[in-house]
Amino acid sequence: MIPWILLLPLLGFVFSGLAGKYLPKALTGTIATGAVFIPFLLSLTLFGRLGQEPAMTVTLFDWLAVGDFHIPFSLLVDRLSVWMMLIITGIGALIHLYSIGYMHDDARFHLFFAYLNLFVFFMLLLVMADNYLILFFGWEGVGLCSYFLIGFWNQNPEYGKAARKAFIMNRIGDLGLLLGLFMLFQLFGSLTYSEIFSRLETMRLAEGALTVATLLLFVGAMGKSAQIPLYTWLPDAMAGPTPVSALIHAATMVTAGIYLIVRSAALFQLAPDTMEIITYTGLATSLFAAVIGLRQNDIKKVLAYSTVSQLGLMFLALGVGAYGSAMFHLTTHAFFKALLFLGAGSVIHAMGGEQDIRRMGGLKSRLPQTFWTFVVGTLAIIGFPLLSGFFSKDEILASVFLHSSVLWGLALISSAITAFYMLRLFFLTFYGKFRGTDEQSAHLHESPLMMTLPLMALAVLSAAGGLINLPELFAGDSGQWLANWYEGGVQEFQSAGHQLSHAVEWGLMGMASFVAIAAIGICYQIYVKKADLPREDVALKGWNRWAANKFYVDELYDAIVVRPLEKGASWLHGVIDRRLIDGFVNTVGALPSRISRFARLLQNGNIAFYLFGMVLGIILILILNFVMGTDLL
Amino acid sequence: MDNTITVTQVIPIEMYVWLSAALFAIGVTGVLLRRNAIVVLMCIELMLNAVNLLLAAFSTYLSDASGQIMVFFIMVVAAAEASVGLALLVMIYRNTKSVDISFLNKLKW
Repeated sequence: MIPWILLLPLLGFVFSGLAGKYLPKALTGTIATGAVFIPFLLSLTLFGRLGQEPAMTVTLFDWLAVGDFHIPFSLLVDRLSVWMMLIITGIGALIHLYSIGYMHDDARFHLFFAYLNLFVFFMLLLVMADNYLILFFGWEGVGLCSYFLIGFWNQNPEYGKAARKAFIMNRIGDLGLLLGLFMLFQLFGSLTYSEIFSRLETMRLAEGALTVATLLLFVGAMGKSAQIPLYTWLPDAMAGPTPVSALIHAATMVTAGIYLIVRSAALFQLAPDTMEIITYTGLATSLFAAVIGLRQNDIKKVLAYSTVSQLGLMFLALGVGAYGSAMFHLTTHAFFKALLFLGAGSVIHAMGGEQDIRRMGGLKSRLPQTFWTFVVGTLAIIGFPLLSGFFSKDEILASVFLHSSVLWGLALISSAITAFYMLRLFFLTFYGKFRGTDEQSAHLHESPLMMTLPLMALAVLSAAGGLINLPELFAGDSGQWLANWYEGGVQEFQSAGHQLSHAVEWGLMGMASFVAIAAIGICYQIYVKKADLPREDVALKGWNRWAANKFYVDELYDAIVVRPLEKGASWLHGVIDRRLIDGFVNTVGALPSRISRFARLLQNGNIAFYLFGMVLGIILILILNFVMGTDLL
Repeated sequence: MDNTITVTQVIPIEMYVWLSAALFAIGVTGVLLRRNAIVVLMCIELMLNAVNLLLAAFSTYLSDASGQIMVFFIMVVAAAEASVGLALLVMIYRNTKSVDISFLNKLKW
């Protein structure tokens, strides 16, 4: 059964890719959705079975065998991976369903579903791998699919550029991951999780070796999960169709970095320096991306920066050792961010491709289902009490508070900014007067059921997702179902504990709720009562201008990395390649041609001349042979 | 038969070598200097026969028949070659009304 979970999306990819062109769109879409939905059901049964057994391993075949070194193609299903599988296939199936409606008039409909299925295959491979090499295989695969899908509308060269940027930035991170794997192999002589983690206890490692190895793994996670300094690809990745942004760039692929670190928690636990770096990187990313998000006007860009910011929050949780909280937030974030992206997609669909929130407004009554689901998503992400985001964020904030109250303060500021930009987006889109063209106004329509159904399902999950892990405060130990569940199956999760007193916890929760509710009030005043529209970019001043221009980070990278590289490349091209190498090769080619310009004159067509040469040659040989004694004959 | 062998063996082998060397040199000179294609062909025959003579002489001198058998082969091949060569010459003559090989110099550079 376990191999089928992997195989079905792969078969779906082959089917949609080869036959999809000749079949009706609805059929292709349904089959592709089924190829993800059936694995979801299978994952559910596995999830049920994991109650009894801690982990299942299936070895399919020996992938690599070099001397004593074996890499078996084996899959590991434990409590960590089955949770990821449920998220991937569950949200994946909903997004597939949504895409049938969203992509209905695209000429390359079948290809879109083929790529989506391939992505799900690789993502499942990534989380189901039982060694780092198979994980790396899936890791590269999702990067590839991400590239395909960002550049799906490749008629627009800008989109192609965004796809390339995402791919190259990911490659930088992948290099780190690959080096990390080399190092792990050198240290432990194996890449299988269980072997590495069991050898960890008995082996004496060189000072700092583990720090370097884990740092390299973290570089890989930085690339995939869009952390400073490798985050700039994610906002540009919004060039892809919106379901892609929801599935790959919000719910699943970008969480691969979190998964990698949680999976390798045993290693990271022993490298406190790395953990420190993860903490600060996560916090910095969270704040920085949130500030940029405040001044973006593209509905998808705001959500993209929000994703970067939320991922930063998850890394912050990982950095302080709260793996369970990070996984919890990963789950709820997958729910509400997928919901928000799909909601944004529904808005964009209704607006006929318009993405600028300054041209929207007043959509509340025109798109009622989208509006109400969007309300749930927004409230969930800003941490409105009792919705899923509230619980998961609260857990992270509490763990951070245990670590340091300064970090907690900064994290709270980050989530306050999150509340501001999300509410700004929400009010500008759905309240006030419609600011688009008349043509768009006439075109406005609620999306079909196929698109609103996933929205509603995700809205329910976003609202109730917190129930899987209620704070100890509310429901006692038994309420923390997710944490308990992990603790039962994965060793590294056991450190959590409840060291905070109830009073402090109530206080933290109150602060977070106050921030969320205050943000609603303030944003309502600004954007609905005063109807304050964002100004055009040129009219902005001070930090606003910097934030709107993303703090010129892209320009900075351009100046310090891209342009020197281009200069270097053009120097290599012009001087080394063109002059040196081409010059040498061309000379070698030209030399015989120059010589033969004279040598060919010997062939003058006069037979007697040739014969004379022949006879002369024979005489020469004879003289050499008999007179001078050279042994030629 | 024995008589002939003795007679030929009386003449020293050097004589045969000198004779065929002279014939061969005449043939080469003819090929190199003459422009009439028929004469050139004849000179080639002369060279071939110089070699034949040498073969026959050594064959007799060493009492080994294989050299003479070789001569017969060479004569057969030479006859065939001469017929092809002459046929070519006839065709050339028909086209150029001449058998002067110095005109046949189109194939150059």
